[in-house]
Amino acid sequence: MGVGIEVKDLNAWFGKTQVLRDINIKVGANAVTAVIGPSGCGKSTFIRCVNRMHETTAGARLTGSIQVGDIDVYGSATDAVDVRRRIGMVFQKPNPFPTMSIYDNVSAGLRLNGYNKHHELDIAVEHSLRMAALWDEVKDVLKKKSGSSLSGGQQQRLCIARALAVQPELILMDEPCSALDPISTGKIEELIFQLKTEYTVVIVTHNMQQAARVADHTGFFLMGQLIEYDKTEKIFTTPSDKRTEDYITGRFG
Amino acid sequence: MPNVSRPLSAGRRLVNLGFIGLSGLAAVLVLAPLGAIFGYLVYKGIGSLNWAFLTNVPHPVGEPGGGMANAIVGSMLILGLGSIIGVPLGIGAGVYLAEFGKGRYVNIVRFTADVLNGIPSIVVGIAVYALVVLPQHHFSALAGGVALGIMMIPTIARTTEEMLLMVPNTIREAALGLGIPQWRTTLQVTLRTASKGVITGAMLAFARVAGETAPLLFTAFGNQFWNLNPNQPTAALPIQIFAYAISPFDEWHRQAWAGALILIVLIVVAVSAVRVVTSRGSMENNA
Amino acid sequence: MSISPNPDFRAMRFKAPATVEPGSRGQPVLVTTPAVPRIELRTSKVSKYLDVIFRYSLLICSVSIIAVMLLFFYELTSRSKLSIARFGFGFFVGSTWDPVAGDFGALPFIYGTLVSSLVALVLAVPLAVGVSVFVTELCPRSLRGIISFTVELLAAIPSVIYGLWGIFVLAPLLRTYVQPWLGKYLGWTGFFTGPTYGIGMLAAGIILAIMIIPIIASITREVLVAVPQSQREAVLALGATRWEMVRMAVLRNARVGIAGGIILGLGRALGETMAVTMLIGNRAEIAKSLFAPGYTMASVIANEFSEATDDLYLSALVEIGLALLIVTVIVNACARLLVWSITRGHSARNNA
Repeated sequence: MGVGIEVKDLNAWFGKTQVLRDINIKVGANAVTAVIGPSGCGKSTFIRCVNRMHETTAGARLTGSIQVGDIDVYGSATDAVDVRRRIGMVFQKPNPFPTMSIYDNVSAGLRLNGYNKHHELDIAVEHSLRMAALWDEVKDVLKKKSGSSLSGGQQQRLCIARALAVQPELILMDEPCSALDPISTGKIEELIFQLKTEYTVVIVTHNMQQAARVADHTGFFLMGQLIEYDKTEKIFTTPSDKRTEDYITGRFG
Repeated sequence: MPNVSRPLSAGRRLVNLGFIGLSGLAAVLVLAPLGAIFGYLVYKGIGSLNWAFLTNVPHPVGEPGGGMANAIVGSMLILGLGSIIGVPLGIGAGVYLAEFGKGRYVNIVRFTADVLNGIPSIVVGIAVYALVVLPQHHFSALAGGVALGIMMIPTIARTTEEMLLMVPNTIREAALGLGIPQWRTTLQVTLRTASKGVITGAMLAFARVAGETAPLLFTAFGNQFWNLNPNQPTAALPIQIFAYAISPFDEWHRQAWAGALILIVLIVVAVSAVRVVTSRGSMENNA
Repeated sequence: MSISPNPDFRAMRFKAPATVEPGSRGQPVLVTTPAVPRIELRTSKVSKYLDVIFRYSLLICSVSIIAVMLLFFYELTSRSKLSIARFGFGFFVGSTWDPVAGDFGALPFIYGTLVSSLVALVLAVPLAVGVSVFVTELCPRSLRGIISFTVELLAAIPSVIYGLWGIFVLAPLLRTYVQPWLGKYLGWTGFFTGPTYGIGMLAAGIILAIMIIPIIASITREVLVAVPQSQREAVLALGATRWEMVRMAVLRNARVGIAGGIILGLGRALGETMAVTMLIGNRAEIAKSLFAPGYTMASVIANEFSEATDDLYLSALVEIGLALLIVTVIVNACARLLVWSITRGHSARNNA
């Protein structure tokens, strides 16, 4: 089952440049939440703070607290590696491991954490690929084809399967469809819609229509600040803030 | 206004042709010695290459049937020792520079490695003599291995670093995002992705030191007999070729050519294999 | 605010079925997949320590490079102390090398090293630059790979094999044809006089030239290729011939890099040992003619190190080695700095 996120007073910097200001947001469990906003507004940085990927960049730092389910993400006793294991991430450009087969790619998160029971790995791989709606297309070539020999859309679904295999409670997606054609995008949006029964999904997108299509809630970021956060329907029909309205109606973007 | 729409003057045309001719000539002059050396090596070496040569130790002058078997095996031993030292340290340094190094330190190490690559190999020989041979009071294959290993480290470190830097950062992020610890990410994902390039870098370094004579002159020193003990002076192919070449005996000159042929074949095979692997690899990576 | 930015919002909204049924979209859905046991992955405490151990062992590997450099300097300096104390600075200007009497002066070797390297550069630079220009600008695409591979192969030939070829092929050639010709027509310069042994300064210079061509050529090729195509096109569009385009657009831009390559080649020539030892004649004399035998710093070490009978002898040889080390480090450092300033960013991390 999915978990909720509670972010309090989050501020983030790259070196001296502040990229996130006083973010306070509560994301509900088992729902799809979209994060929208123009380029450079901090939406990618925001989700990278949630799974502690922000700190992997040199010179990056942040203050504030983030609670994911029962984990205090930045607590002193919390291990970053643990956090990342329990939160799945899908990136903008599909990044399957090039030297590994499809099977090895999906099971990578399990195997490289010392989990080697073959039979259970087989089940996990099949389950993840089914959930990612990729199983039928690759079930005969699992160990023969490499991850990078698939098409763009398939690669992204492979990355989603890979993320699902470690049974995360929360899935973060950073513009997962921006490098894909419309048909692949459609398939992945269907996928996201189905995932929310078991997971919480936060998806960053610069495509407003996508947010409108799949998300239950939407947050609008502008210049590092969270301007408005509400049910998607409300954001897109009767937004409270003029800046939101301007963005939605395409006055800037 | 000067008339600039004149056709090209004869002078300029001539200079242009002269230039093209000269650079073509340069190409020919550069490639000619290569053909000459290889051709002569094969011509002279093939005649003396026989089973006796490959299986016997050197015989005294006048006695037929001498060979360089001990030198071939000795070279393998010394190169093996050198690789044990040079390859792990070199790859380790390269991994550190690419994955963990920050700013100044990385630049200093990189620069030092490049400069070390240019130090004459005879100087390496002197230093290892002082460091290993003198305290041990004898020459040894081990000292030779240390000298060659030290020469391999900076080369392997730089090529490893360059190969790792070519792995896109998004691969590392994918692994970290899955909750894979940093050390596993570096070893089993990043290094694995770059493995082809790293291995070819190591092979290139190996081929380069395989032909080195100077650092072995006063470390491994050479030996007329069989020796597999790393703590004893050991024969090596390049040293043997050198000793025979400068000797006054025709028989030994012939054997020098044969030895040179073996050496060059091994090196060319290694370098060509590297070329084949890298060009094939880069096509795969673009898939 | 009763705007409706997206009047078709409801129409646009993802049409999800009321219940998620198997097959309703033609795809198997979560409900039908076999239940997967909950996988518990724990970060072991060991793993955290492994991260630290891993990082530090790699750090040690990288430190080894610096350690080696420092060790070299330390060992060579401490072992030449004896000679430095005895001869001081006069070591580098003294021209007597008498192991028996214990009188050592390095000038003949310094002279030999410099002259042989100079001859090598004079011969190698035009050829190396010429072949690089040929490969990058003039030759048909299909030949490019073969020619550059062949030049690379030249670099792979070990020094001792160059020496072997030099003794039995180059030297006789020089002795029989080249040197008499040079002596006859250019002997008046003073550089081509004296007995024609074949081996000697000229032979050493020629073999060195062949050996350093690949280095100069490869750097030159790198910097030539780095010149943007737009530069070439701009000059051609003005109506320049091929040669003029190369001279104005390419060579001018690549000047600094080529200089770096030349200095690198010089560095290699200064320290080259085996081929030179086999061809230079190994006589510690200073002579104007290129036909005369000579001796280089690297050669004297190679020839006499194992036979150095007393401490002073050894120390003098080590001091020559130290001088060689310092000179090549400086030359290489300058060359690398020059080359770096041109081809900077060659291996930038790919931040996808």
